[in-house]
Amino acid sequence: MADFFFNTTLGTILLIIGQIFLVVIPLLLALAFLMYADRKIWASVQLRRGPNVVGIYGLLQSFADFAKYIVKEVVVPAGADRAVFFMAPMVTLVMALVAWAVIPFNDGWVLSNINVAILYVFAISSLEVYGVIMGGWASNSKYPFLGSLRSAAQMISYEVSIGLIIIGVVISSGSLNFGDIVKSQSGDLGLLNWYWLPHFPMLILFFISALAETNRPPFDLPEAESELVAGYQVEYSSTPFLLFMIGELVAVVLMCALISLMFFGGWLSPIPGLPDGIFWMIAKMGLVFFFFSLVKAITPRYRYDQLMRLGWKIFLPFSLFWVVFVAFAAKFDWFWGIYARWTVGG
Amino acid sequence: MAGIDYTRHAKYFLLQDFYQGMKLGIKYMFKPKATINYPHEKGPLSPRFRGEHALRRYPNGEERCIACKLCEAICPAQAITIDAEPREDGSRRTTRYDIDMTKCIYCGFCQEACPVDAIVEGPNFEFSTETREELFYDKAKLLDNGERWEAEIARNLELDAPYR
Repeated sequence: MADFFFNTTLGTILLIIGQIFLVVIPLLLALAFLMYADRKIWASVQLRRGPNVVGIYGLLQSFADFAKYIVKEVVVPAGADRAVFFMAPMVTLVMALVAWAVIPFNDGWVLSNINVAILYVFAISSLEVYGVIMGGWASNSKYPFLGSLRSAAQMISYEVSIGLIIIGVVISSGSLNFGDIVKSQSGDLGLLNWYWLPHFPMLILFFISALAETNRPPFDLPEAESELVAGYQVEYSSTPFLLFMIGELVAVVLMCALISLMFFGGWLSPIPGLPDGIFWMIAKMGLVFFFFSLVKAITPRYRYDQLMRLGWKIFLPFSLFWVVFVAFAAKFDWFWGIYARWTVGG
Repeated sequence: MAGIDYTRHAKYFLLQDFYQGMKLGIKYMFKPKATINYPHEKGPLSPRFRGEHALRRYPNGEERCIACKLCEAICPAQAITIDAEPREDGSRRTTRYDIDMTKCIYCGFCQEACPVDAIVEGPNFEFSTETREELFYDKAKLLDNGERWEAEIARNLELDAPYR
């Protein structure tokens, strides 16, 4: 049996497909409950109850929404480019899901253990912009088009600072592989060994950039329920719209995973002596997602010029400075060498 | 460099507003909810609440309405239509009493105008229908409402009487 899976082509393909389902299905199931959690947290901060009718405590609300989206009629605007119109949400969803290939959940629990994992995630999340632009353009309407341009500009702006922040972490760990980045954060001090401490300002910056990158409040200008209609999604309905929503949420959870891996030591236990494991990774992602939801509930929306100013005039110089600082600190072992804990090479 | 408020800039860069907001948000998260589970629990209603209309009867079963048409005259939305003829016993009664609930603005002028407390706005506000036609109430429907809600209407009128 093992021979079939490891030494024949068909067996290897089946094994890989099985692994993909092992990642994607729990992810999408978790997504349904994260969506519910998001709405519940948002509601409780505003003293509302949130969804509480479907299932016990409304736990099945996401599935009801899912069924509703599926059975609705798909409306295609007259003059829309049908092929691109339907491809756009798929691009968004597929790009968001594909990035999970390099995310490790535990030591060695990763679909493809490539040594340029961060570059890969970065490239894939840049491609997500195409879904947005294609959606806006193919709708053949000026409002989605303007909305898509706004979203695209926003996502690209914040990718720059995200990239620079990641470079700081990469310099510290000396590897582009998430497994190695996590391993370089292990140590005798538990959670004090993780990168959130030496890279603390970058943790905040990364969190805020992640909010902007995934179009979450307070940077949800493309959607801006109260003043705009829905940005690039104006003309979308039914399943294509659902795919956009799922893609967006998968990207949010991906950002949670990235923050857990790069700043909170992934599957490492926070207290020395306790066993490491996948539950730590899940707990950390859940905690980061909680803050994503909380920020959604407490912050007013930014104006577009404020958003651009923040991205280009504050985040970019600051993260650039931090890269230089980390480079020097790592090279000359400043601060007892906490910036230089290389796992490979050096 | 006079005139620069460094404290303000420091607070801005240290995201002080956001930490305060987060603290407040978490505090509010554990407060009791302000909303109620509406279809299962309902909020209190004032005795003066102006809901669905009803035509009342005297305890002996006689209709109160004497077709004076004051309600029709005062109705600002012109939602009320009344036709009247003398009945066989010579008393003046309505043959038709229609309220177009889609026009009605629930101002309560009809019940204020009524000299015999015949037309009243009861405590019922859950009378949505699936078609528009069902909201064109006729006399039978209004009298039926009166019978169904008489207990609550009488109680509300009694509670509100001291203030009239």
